[in-house]
Amino acid sequence: MIAVNPILLSMLLPLVGALLISMTGRWPNLRESITLITAVTVAVVVWSLVPEVMAGGRPELQVVQLFGDLQIAFTVEPLGMLFGALAATLWIVNSIYSIGYMRGNNEKKQTRFYVCFAIAIAAALGVAFAGNLLTLFLCYEILTLSTYPLVSHKGDRATVASARVYLGILLGTSIGLLLPAIIWTYLVAGTLTFNPEGILAGHINGPAVGLLLALFVFGVGKAAVMPVHKWLPAAMVAPTPVSALLHAVAVVKAGVFTITKVIIYVFGVDNLFSEPSSGWLMYAAAFTIIAASVVALRQQNLKRMLAYSTIGQLSYVIMAAALLKPLSEIGAAVHIVAHAFGKITLFFAAGAIYTAAKKTELSQLSGIGARMPWTMAAFTIGALSMIGVPPTGGFVSKWFILAGAFESDNYVAIFTIITSTALNAAYFLPIIFAAWFGREAQGGKDHGEAPWPMVLALSLTALATLGFFFFNQPVLDLESQLVSQLP
Amino acid sequence: MSLTSQLPALQIVVPMLTAPMVMLLRGASLAWAAATAASVMAFFISIALTLGVRDAGVLTYAMGGWPAPFGIELRIDAFNVLLLLITTGASSVALLSGRFSLARDLPEDRQPLFYAAWMVALTGLSGIAVTGDAFNVFVFMEISSLAGYILVAAGPDRRALTATIKYLVMGTIGATFYLIGVGLVYMMTGTLNFADMEVRLAEVTDRTPILLAAGFITVGLALKAAVFPLHFWLPNAYHHAPHMVTAFMAACTTKVALYVLLRFDFVVFQGNLAGHMSQYAGFLAPLAILGILVGSAVAVVEGHLKKLLAYSSVAQIGYILLGASFGDLAGLSAAFTHMFNHALAKGGLFLVLAAFALRTRGLGLRDVAGLAHRMPLTCAALLILGASLVGIPGTAGFISKWLLLSAAFQQGPLGIVAVVVVVLSSLAAVVYVWKIVEQLYFGEPVESPDQATINSQAASFKSEAPAMLLLGIWVVALANIYFGLFPGFTVSLSESAAAGLMSHLP
Repeated sequence: MIAVNPILLSMLLPLVGALLISMTGRWPNLRESITLITAVTVAVVVWSLVPEVMAGGRPELQVVQLFGDLQIAFTVEPLGMLFGALAATLWIVNSIYSIGYMRGNNEKKQTRFYVCFAIAIAAALGVAFAGNLLTLFLCYEILTLSTYPLVSHKGDRATVASARVYLGILLGTSIGLLLPAIIWTYLVAGTLTFNPEGILAGHINGPAVGLLLALFVFGVGKAAVMPVHKWLPAAMVAPTPVSALLHAVAVVKAGVFTITKVIIYVFGVDNLFSEPSSGWLMYAAAFTIIAASVVALRQQNLKRMLAYSTIGQLSYVIMAAALLKPLSEIGAAVHIVAHAFGKITLFFAAGAIYTAAKKTELSQLSGIGARMPWTMAAFTIGALSMIGVPPTGGFVSKWFILAGAFESDNYVAIFTIITSTALNAAYFLPIIFAAWFGREAQGGKDHGEAPWPMVLALSLTALATLGFFFFNQPVLDLESQLVSQLP
Repeated sequence: MSLTSQLPALQIVVPMLTAPMVMLLRGASLAWAAATAASVMAFFISIALTLGVRDAGVLTYAMGGWPAPFGIELRIDAFNVLLLLITTGASSVALLSGRFSLARDLPEDRQPLFYAAWMVALTGLSGIAVTGDAFNVFVFMEISSLAGYILVAAGPDRRALTATIKYLVMGTIGATFYLIGVGLVYMMTGTLNFADMEVRLAEVTDRTPILLAAGFITVGLALKAAVFPLHFWLPNAYHHAPHMVTAFMAACTTKVALYVLLRFDFVVFQGNLAGHMSQYAGFLAPLAILGILVGSAVAVVEGHLKKLLAYSSVAQIGYILLGASFGDLAGLSAAFTHMFNHALAKGGLFLVLAAFALRTRGLGLRDVAGLAHRMPLTCAALLILGASLVGIPGTAGFISKWLLLSAAFQQGPLGIVAVVVVVLSSLAAVVYVWKIVEQLYFGEPVESPDQATINSQAASFKSEAPAMLLLGIWVVALANIYFGLFPGFTVSLSESAAAGLMSHLP
């Protein structure tokens, strides 16, 4: 057996899988088996990296030397390990769910769907493991491009128009703002290789820091900080498994992951903390949290409401990272995981409701709990996690973020978290109440649960949401390495 | 004397001697084969010269054994081989993959003449790129232009003729301006050899004629290079020429003119005219910026694919000029890298259009709607080439955009303006490339009376482009990825080319 670098393997496997899937399009069962087998193998490979990183190791891989000292290289560090493991694991669940959804709704072009999905996973792992900004940018763009066919899957006029917004905002911000930011960083610091002290430390100060930070934050459109959030509601035209991919597995997570990584590894937490011009980020994130929650409150469509909920939750991560305290940095990393479990459950439930009952609006959900008890139970758990109620994963991260806010005596952050929690409760609890205790409208379709792969998938993620409340110690240990050298 | 030392001369002689031979050959296929073979051979000569330059630095060759400055000197450094690679490479790929496309655009009996003209054009373009003599440049420029007019005029409909007239008038004015400039310099120095001009000019005390010469030469060559606002002949010529001619010309003609502009300016004027650098930058940078903005804006609203790409070329020439106008090592090497990378991307895109033209009624946006279902492989290549044009990482276009932006950042406040312009134009590129992609993949095919014939063709051809054309397109597309991931060759070649020019600065 030839020893292959596991980092390389983790990104090559999905691509090989994509190739095999494209060749086996005529035999759906074989095709789906390949998807599942690839997903499991990738997860095993990614998880095999965990012990080494936990022990403080930083596996590296250099692929190509471009010019100068620019290179395509990968380094696995705690934050990337967490994101990588999360994406790889959720891909399995998402694949199970996709099979149920795509077959249950008789979607067209399923082969293309699975191929693009596999490429997107490879790109997400590339973002997670990137060892420098250039590599990260490369994988970030591949992720954008490979998810475009997924978003525009339906192919009708309205879908294409929405997908255009998706691509336009993500490509536009990354080329228009992120690329200049990266080149600026390179010219100032002379390197792009991530460094735990921050590669910009000692190279830049004054208002330029705030400006460069703005280029990064708004350049990473995937993090959906207002006003570059419009693509996320637009992308709701995609099939639900894709929404799950966007919201939980890869895309938005790649966004907040990138910003957290930039704050820690490019600017350096200490460096940023001593620079007042970077303070605006916390307020921008706080504004996004409140504004997105208010907008979510006014939505009538389930998936659109969830989209705005995601925008708010993403800014939790950014606000936590921007608090620049050890506890809040851990909170940012933990919230990436907690939100992923909760939101994927919610989207899975939304898709299951659509598949079984063809319902998409909030007003139609009265009394649906009786017909789809498993789905709505999972939905309830996911919603509670969004609000941050124990015993769900959302509580853990909220705890750390609040602790960080108290530590820095930041009353704006504390106020934002409390207000947003109330708003989250205000838009989730009525749905849950109506679903369980409401009376179903007369003359509705007679239906039961969605196909079993979907129910299995959403039960698994709901279980993970609960489980994360009790078994989060390994994640905390891993992410504590991030901040071990901070004051 | 070994054959290798004759390579600089062979670079011109091979296509030049092939031209009359091709004309005498009976039969289009034979003529095509001979021209293609000569072009490929020229390409290999360019590669051999590249290797030679890499080892030796500068290769010189005295034509007829007369030493410079009395005879004509061929002088080849990194800049020259970069141009040679682009020119002969573009010609070879276009000829190799263009058999069907050209056979459709031209009547059978005219094809040998057409290929002969192609060979003459290649002779002229390669000649400009190898010679070290200012008047010789003019001669080769006229050779390549006259042949170029013939190539454009061979376009499938009669509008090609008016486009040719426009091209001819503008080209002649440009060449004449250049000749006036060279005459003035000759009057003051008594030499035509670039290197000798540089030395002798230092002794000239009356600088007025030299300044005048610099003005004439810069404007004349800017016209030839389609620098904004002297670009208006280009979209028409590209639009109406046969598709393969467009692929060939878009890759190299304007770049060859830019080459002469830069070579003349840096070798002859920069060292001898006090304050010339600020004039040069102050004149070219605004034109470059305007060209980028106007070219991109027009491309965004343009509905005909060939014109769209032609206006995109106007913008891309602006990129090259912008980099060059920085007048430092970083800017020049960015400009040269972009010459190479843009030739790869744009040449490939015009090949794709040629493939489309074989299967559609026209090249309007509506005509190609839904084409991705009939030509999936061709359209997939277009995605890669379009990404390279936009500058998506992993493609060649990204490398030059990176170099250009880093060079601009080092220019201080003016550089920030340049950065903003380049970024805006990249966003425009996203728009106009995406406009095409969306039509290809999601557009509703227009029903036309001859839809039935197209459909029956679709059944027999499986609708893809002919194998050779498809192969050519994919070779170019993969080259875009290769030079995006392994840019060491292009970047180091461009850097030594830039260093060569910079060494002439005072």
